[in-house]
Amino acid sequence: MEFNKLVIMGKEKLIEKVLMLLAFSAIGSLLLITIFIFSEGLPIIIKTGVGNFIFGAHWAPTKGHYGILAMILSSLYVTIGAMIFGVPLALACAITLAEFAPVHLTRFLKPTIELLAGIPSVVYGFLGVVLLVPLIREYLGGPGLSLLAAALILGIMILPTVISISIDAINAVPNIYREGSIALGATQWQTVRKLVLPAARSGIITAIILGMGRAIGETMAVIMVAGNALKIPTSVLDPVRTLTANIALELGYASGAHREALFATGIVLFIIIMILNTTATLIAGRK
Amino acid sequence: MKNFIKWSKGRKLIKKFVLLGLILLLGCGQRDSQSQTLTIAGSTSVQPFAEKLAEVYMQHRPGLLINVQGGGSSAGIMAVQQRAADIGASSRELNDLEKSLYETVIAWDGIAIIVNPACKLDDLSLINLQQIFEGKIVDWSALGLARHGIHVITREEGSGTRTAFEELVMKKTEISQNALVQDSNGAVREIVANDPYAIGYISCGLVNQQVKALAIDGVSPTSKNIKKNAYKLTRRFLFVTLKEPEGQVKEFDDFVLSQKGQMLLEKEGLIGIQ
Repeated sequence: MEFNKLVIMGKEKLIEKVLMLLAFSAIGSLLLITIFIFSEGLPIIIKTGVGNFIFGAHWAPTKGHYGILAMILSSLYVTIGAMIFGVPLALACAITLAEFAPVHLTRFLKPTIELLAGIPSVVYGFLGVVLLVPLIREYLGGPGLSLLAAALILGIMILPTVISISIDAINAVPNIYREGSIALGATQWQTVRKLVLPAARSGIITAIILGMGRAIGETMAVIMVAGNALKIPTSVLDPVRTLTANIALELGYASGAHREALFATGIVLFIIIMILNTTATLIAGRK
Repeated sequence: MKNFIKWSKGRKLIKKFVLLGLILLLGCGQRDSQSQTLTIAGSTSVQPFAEKLAEVYMQHRPGLLINVQGGGSSAGIMAVQQRAADIGASSRELNDLEKSLYETVIAWDGIAIIVNPACKLDDLSLINLQQIFEGKIVDWSALGLARHGIHVITREEGSGTRTAFEELVMKKTEISQNALVQDSNGAVREIVANDPYAIGYISCGLVNQQVKALAIDGVSPTSKNIKKNAYKLTRRFLFVTLKEPEGQVKEFDDFVLSQKGQMLLEKEGLIGIQ
């Protein structure tokens, strides 16, 4: 019996090691992807010059022009637009569900909203093309495929992320605070506005930043509704091409320097998303 | 005891993984047993048609493996010169440096300029077409229609259809940065079908009732006009070889040029050479 126990202990250790190896292989693949993207993309950035690459507005990779300013700006505009549409909606929804709605309704609605996150982005894009784009073309003018369409679709797509993390943040505020506030004679809305929201601030900001990361990284839906034109947009009805769309659109045919330039686009995107995620982690940690 | 049960489950899992690994390894080894291979590399416009031809041809010739690769016309021609590929597929003409290679025309393809069926325009001059895509003509009123902005739709950089369009229409000028970009013939057609102010270009074989193909300089893109070379936006699809084809390359070429091969291409939307 004693011997059996030893054997089992040994096997236990073995399993631990195997699991550890698997865990590190996951991190290792992440590292490899990073190294690969940088080694593929950096040479062309250096050759073109960082300034020319990031602040050049002329993108014609088969003719030797590699400026991605228009795409960086488009990505930012589309993301900001998505925030303008999505965040107020998401916050209102989160506050209602966490503070005002009856518990059984929240129990039913929260999982439903989280289900929205599971809808593939191509479906959102398809809905955008079929429903939203013709409406914009008819009532607002332009080709319909536009910055506005992309921002609206992305605004809807970030809802589940922002709502569900915000609800968790609001629920994490201890009930004693609310009870104290109400005992002092504050109304429920006053309690929420002056006490719960400030207390849940860091969680809510994290939610918004994660939503932003989702918006800036989204590809399929954006390709379908944004129109993908190369110029710097001057109106919300102009077609735009985001960084992600640029990579996905051209990768199929790209070779040589063109392919490298697409990887370089990936580097810029990678850095932007890293900055966003690090900010989110920092804010979340500063409770 | 509980630990032991967990462990025996774990061992089963590991066995499964080992089995999976073995299957993968075996799968990798299989290719060596193929003795004959034929590599076709080049134009991504020709690629889908070459794949279709290869698929049918391989059914007739068990034991022969045909690899069809993309990469672009230039890459395909270079691969032939460096003997990396047996056949280079090209959707553009050979230039002076490449004239020593042997070319076989396998089919014709027209590029149709399409507008919405509601558009009153039927005929467009080549010069106006170029000016529209260059961004010099931005309003339909310049062509005698009601006043409204033109929505220009083009293909993504590197696409074979776009390259041919640039060679045939744009010459030295560049397509406007204002143009909407879509990544397939189908997507361009879909937008033009829904937008009465859009203009785009797609392969002739893919024109349907949803859109209207314009005549260019008075010549409409019918298969008759394309064969006569009267329609200006026509390109040839070539198979390029180092020298006159022989052996299995010739047999494949013969199949492509046979009635069956040509029928196959026409069914996929190209214009046969007969």
